[in-house]
Amino acid sequence: MRFTERGFAMNKILIANRGEIASRIIRTCKQMGIETVAIFSDADALLPYVQEADKAVCIGAPPVNQSYLNMDLIIDIALKEGVQGIHPGYGLLSENSAFARKVKDSGIKFIGPSPETVDEMGNKIKARKKMMAAGVPVVPGSVTGLQNVEEAVAFAEKIGYPVMLKASGGGGGIGMIRCENEQALNQHFESTKNRALSYFGTDGVFIEKCIDRARHIEVQIFADQHDQVIHLFERNCSVQRRNQKVIEEAGSPHLSEETKRKMYEAAIKAAKAVHYENAGTVEFIVDEDENFYFLEMNTRLQVEHPVTEMITDLDLVKWQISVACGEKLPLTQRDIMKRGHAIELRIYAEDPKTFYPSPGTITSLSWGMDDGIRIDAGYSEGLKVTPFYDPMIAKCVIYSETREACIEKTQKFLLETRIEGIKTNIPFIQHVLMSEDFQNGYYFTNIIDKLKSINH
Amino acid sequence: MKEVYASMAGTVLNIFVNNGDEVTQGQTVIMLESMKMEIPMDAEVAGKVTEVKVNIGDFVNEGDILLTLE
Repeated sequence: MRFTERGFAMNKILIANRGEIASRIIRTCKQMGIETVAIFSDADALLPYVQEADKAVCIGAPPVNQSYLNMDLIIDIALKEGVQGIHPGYGLLSENSAFARKVKDSGIKFIGPSPETVDEMGNKIKARKKMMAAGVPVVPGSVTGLQNVEEAVAFAEKIGYPVMLKASGGGGGIGMIRCENEQALNQHFESTKNRALSYFGTDGVFIEKCIDRARHIEVQIFADQHDQVIHLFERNCSVQRRNQKVIEEAGSPHLSEETKRKMYEAAIKAAKAVHYENAGTVEFIVDEDENFYFLEMNTRLQVEHPVTEMITDLDLVKWQISVACGEKLPLTQRDIMKRGHAIELRIYAEDPKTFYPSPGTITSLSWGMDDGIRIDAGYSEGLKVTPFYDPMIAKCVIYSETREACIEKTQKFLLETRIEGIKTNIPFIQHVLMSEDFQNGYYFTNIIDKLKSINH
Repeated sequence: MKEVYASMAGTVLNIFVNNGDEVTQGQTVIMLESMKMEIPMDAEVAGKVTEVKVNIGDFVNEGDILLTLE
């Protein structure tokens, strides 16, 4: 590990996560000569990342609130092991400002933005206000939280149906519901408020105008502690089911260079407005006329960061660690180049017809490997996918010179991939890849619903 | 007597019926959470709930009896 003028060195990091992302972080740490400490629940003892880490500590029973969300225990282990940094990965505690604060107070560096920034962006109502003030376009909607259903209905009348009713503390597809009319809004208001309270600890809800035929496009940004903010281009994440991403690509077909440039600028503006540090993603919704609106900012490494790594040939986890050490960004905007096209598939243990989870033992697993294909897997053959965590078993990232070649390579990869013992969404992914909408690249966030309705 | 079984392993997120309630065929009686997803458990037949065998927060395995109907 290099010592720099301003920075300090990390020689040991604790990874407060599990599965594929823990493996991913360990890989970079090894390359940088940094020791790793992994944590695992009783259900995950046999997972690859537990073996890959230099040290692994069991932190409790399978349910996340008895293991991976146990902040004090995680920090105790970190202190005992003498680590200088904690990498939160994504999900779990990664966007929990209380955790970021506890880590900071214990004298350990949280590899991510400050607790204040996590707070500001975590509350969706506050984040919208902040972005409006910074001149970043937001989806037309309520600026303040809605107290009661009457207020919600009055507001929806003003902006017009359909509307999205969202929990202020929500994110990642949980705590939001589409309402076609006043009746639906009446029906869902109280339950959304109650669910928001039980899931996120706050019952704040707000309304946004529903943008149909929308694309979900996000900009990867990176900021150091010296006020430098750069972007690493965009990712198109419009293939979603129940607001969860399934296929992501970089770059995005049928989006003008002019619009992309404006989106990069807006993303950098957003990051600067909250004094951002480390890796972050600014999510936008883009309508048919290429108007774009701020949706939310993810104050962490994204699941789909590998597509950006494939087209830029950079290691974002390495950058995260360097920036956390106080170093300057290794490249300036001018020096960051992109090439080719990358597609990421999220392979879920789920029934491709009902979309319900399919936990079980992976009896056989072989990937259709080829040049330019990267697999970030959380499991290996013979292991059991348990019902306690999200159903993603691996991310498959495919790179090629052009989008067309990339799709072809992805299809070949899936034909040669075998997973047995559990049901996976591979047949469904194949169905999407074959569809005319995906092939010509002009598709929207409703692509899965559209394909399902054709099927039935 | 009829039973409602867990169709997959998971945690009991919500129970929508009490002992003595009449349920209709296809009615969702219990919501399970598995792999961060909500999975509704429906009554296959109509009947009267005789015993709810689980509590909110319980972990159940595939095939466990959730409640009995008569």
